[in-house]
Amino acid sequence: MSEAKPKVAFYWCASCGGCEEAIVDLNVAMLDVAAAIEIVLWPVALDHKYSDVEVLADGEIAVSFINGAIRTDEQAHIAELLRKKSGLVVAFGSCAHLGGIPGLANLTSRREIFRMSYHESPTVVNPQKTEPIPGGQCEGKEVALPEFWEQVHTLDQLIEVDYYLPGCPPMPGGIANAVNAILTGNLPAKGAVLAPDKALCETCGRRQSKDPRTRIAKIHRPHEIEADPQVCFLEQGIICCGPATRSGCGEACINGNMPCSGCYGAPPGVTDQGAKLLAAISTLFDAKTPEDAQALARQVVDPAGSFYRYGVPASVLARTIEKE
Amino acid sequence: MGNLKILTFVCNWCSYGGADQAGGLKLVYPESIRLVKVMCSGRVDPQMVVNALRDGADGVLVLGCHPGDCHYKEGNYAAQNRATLLAPMLQQFGIEEQRFRLDWVSAGEGERFSKVVTEMHDAVAPLGKLHLHSRSTSEVA
Ligand code: SF4
Ligand code: SF4
Ligand code: SF4
Ligand code: FES
Repeated sequence: MSEAKPKVAFYWCASCGGCEEAIVDLNVAMLDVAAAIEIVLWPVALDHKYSDVEVLADGEIAVSFINGAIRTDEQAHIAELLRKKSGLVVAFGSCAHLGGIPGLANLTSRREIFRMSYHESPTVVNPQKTEPIPGGQCEGKEVALPEFWEQVHTLDQLIEVDYYLPGCPPMPGGIANAVNAILTGNLPAKGAVLAPDKALCETCGRRQSKDPRTRIAKIHRPHEIEADPQVCFLEQGIICCGPATRSGCGEACINGNMPCSGCYGAPPGVTDQGAKLLAAISTLFDAKTPEDAQALARQVVDPAGSFYRYGVPASVLARTIEKE
Repeated sequence: MGNLKILTFVCNWCSYGGADQAGGLKLVYPESIRLVKVMCSGRVDPQMVVNALRDGADGVLVLGCHPGDCHYKEGNYAAQNRATLLAPMLQQFGIEEQRFRLDWVSAGEGERFSKVVTEMHDAVAPLGKLHLHSRSTSEVA
């Protein structure tokens, strides 16, 4: 490989693999990208060792794309290593950006997760009550496991992040634009989210059908009714996160006749996506008495999971307080 | 328990008047109550509530005009709808229900103002300070 090619790393932390898939989905465009760069680490696709990265000079990697949230010390270790060796770090996808789906685990505790996963789940047989521990002796040898932290973190709660590529996963167009911007040095100010500033409702094709006087008399979950594909979801009593979600996905879910669940995170000016969404939706309740308000609130089955689906760790409250 | 802080939003047109009257009547109420005047209870965005809890409030109380009396007609209904959904969501984050309350106090209800804020203080006091977990990774592991 030629010396001049910028070095690039891809890494996954607490991730579902969908963000890796999104890179592969670049298809033919990926070949152009691959020809223009030298990949130094990509565990899901190529056989590098961490030691290959350790021997690089600080800042030698032009850019590291890191997806997934942070919950183990192994993830933290590699993320810190890549930070040291990289000029730029891009938080790739909702999990790295906001905590993502794995971040919903912050609504419970490590203790509860271990209790369910290793003891109480109906499919578990564990008479010796074994639980993972970070390390110890086994048949005379030292063994180690990554330590599972108390809570899930966003990437920028651990290391400095230069840019954010939002989405669960990011859309191919957004990835291609970001990669081009980086390769050509045509980048916005550090810390920017590489997506438009508008809220999804401003770009959504259904916005015309939104009537400011609409009040919701009943909340429907998406599987309960057949949504009219022309009409704003909120008009139909279906929770849609468009009012407090950044645009840039091309209204992917809306076009599939599913409401937005918020994966691009908050648009500028919103400090807490979930609280903002809660306000946007509850303000539409057709209720003037406490009883009517209660009846509607109860129809929102999981408020935290609905309004912070991709962003509990990034939220102002960040996690459930564990009681002794 | 002297250092409890209960952020209390009072609307300009009713509840602030109630607080003012309580002051005029020299009614005593707990020093944990910290008043912030807003134009209407409907102005209290849930983001303000979570930010207050993150920034050191041990409880948040929102006071507005009685139903039907809001200066902006419907602001307090919006406040009621938000509070009704916000309460269970705060509980999902482990924040006890006593730490957040919405109620109504008119400009002529100095006595009621003092009663409601005292009730709020007495409900939060046994819970003590609110300790949210840090968001940074430096306090984990
Ligand atoms: S952002 Fe979505 S697609 Fe990417 S790793 Fe997280 S859950 Fe998977
Ligand atoms: S609420 Fe959803 S469906 Fe309605 S305009 Fe906004 S994004 Fe579109
Ligand atoms: S519509 Fe919403 S949930 Fe769907 S891809 Fe776009 S931002 Fe994500
Ligand atoms: S003005 Fe008092 S609640 Fe609206």
